[in-house]
Amino acid sequence: MIPSSYYLALSAIIFVIAVVGVLVRRNAIVILMCIEMMMGAAGLAFVTFSRYLNSLDGQVVVFLVMAVAAAEVAVGLGIIVSIFRHKETTDVDEINLLKW
Amino acid sequence: MELVLFISLAAIAIVAALGVIMARKTVYSALFLLVNFCSLAGLYLLLNAQFLAAAQVIVYAGAIVVLFLFATMLLGGGEEARGTSNVKRQTSSVLAIVLAVVLFVEVGYVLVSGTVTGTQGSDTPEAIASMGNVQAIGKLLFTDYLLPFELAAILLLIGIVGTVVLAKKKPEIENRKSEIGN
Repeated sequence: MIPSSYYLALSAIIFVIAVVGVLVRRNAIVILMCIEMMMGAAGLAFVTFSRYLNSLDGQVVVFLVMAVAAAEVAVGLGIIVSIFRHKETTDVDEINLLKW
Repeated sequence: MELVLFISLAAIAIVAALGVIMARKTVYSALFLLVNFCSLAGLYLLLNAQFLAAAQVIVYAGAIVVLFLFATMLLGGGEEARGTSNVKRQTSSVLAIVLAVVLFVEVGYVLVSGTVTGTQGSDTPEAIASMGNVQAIGKLLFTDYLLPFELAAILLLIGIVGTVVLAKKKPEIENRKSEIGN
């Protein structure tokens, strides 16, 4: 069996790539995609522990996270669409109405 | 064989993740995200989580990516202006990458130092295989995790209602404003 650290390292790599995406990209839709990618990476870590510790709890958590991710994307895209109606942009640098 | 599959799936996942953050057009980002999720589903299969692999493809690849594509096409997924002219943006990008490297080193240290351990459970692959992966997860979901399961249902309901409220136009408010104005 492959050492669990391989899977965890892969999960860390994908998570960090997604973090860079959130920090560097300015399109709100791409930022939301990167957040989804982070959830995927965290899910991989959960399933890895579930497999290597012989416990199914991790898989149940990932299943529940999927429900959260689906709701989050639906609401997030709804917010982005309604912001686009007002400001005609999805650039997060332009969306600064609440900035002091 | 397992190692070969892992390495190829991992390579696809990493390249797709890089593609998501580097693609110039949002549509390409969404398609790279699809590749990333599909290779994660393959890794779930390698980790003996067949139900989650299927759910990953259905929920993420089937529903979430399609939602992203719809939103991208609704909002006109134009190219993002590259921030070469703006010094402030460039410095923040460099800072972001430095912070990400620090984060990766920290996570890598935790993994290598071998402090990640836990007590072994009773769900060995043989025990799961005797009753099936879906049945085992379902049993756990409806016993130990019943409350989170019900809360997820309420969360999804709130998500539906919230999306409808956000997405619909608000003519009543405009009418009321004009009434007050009159």
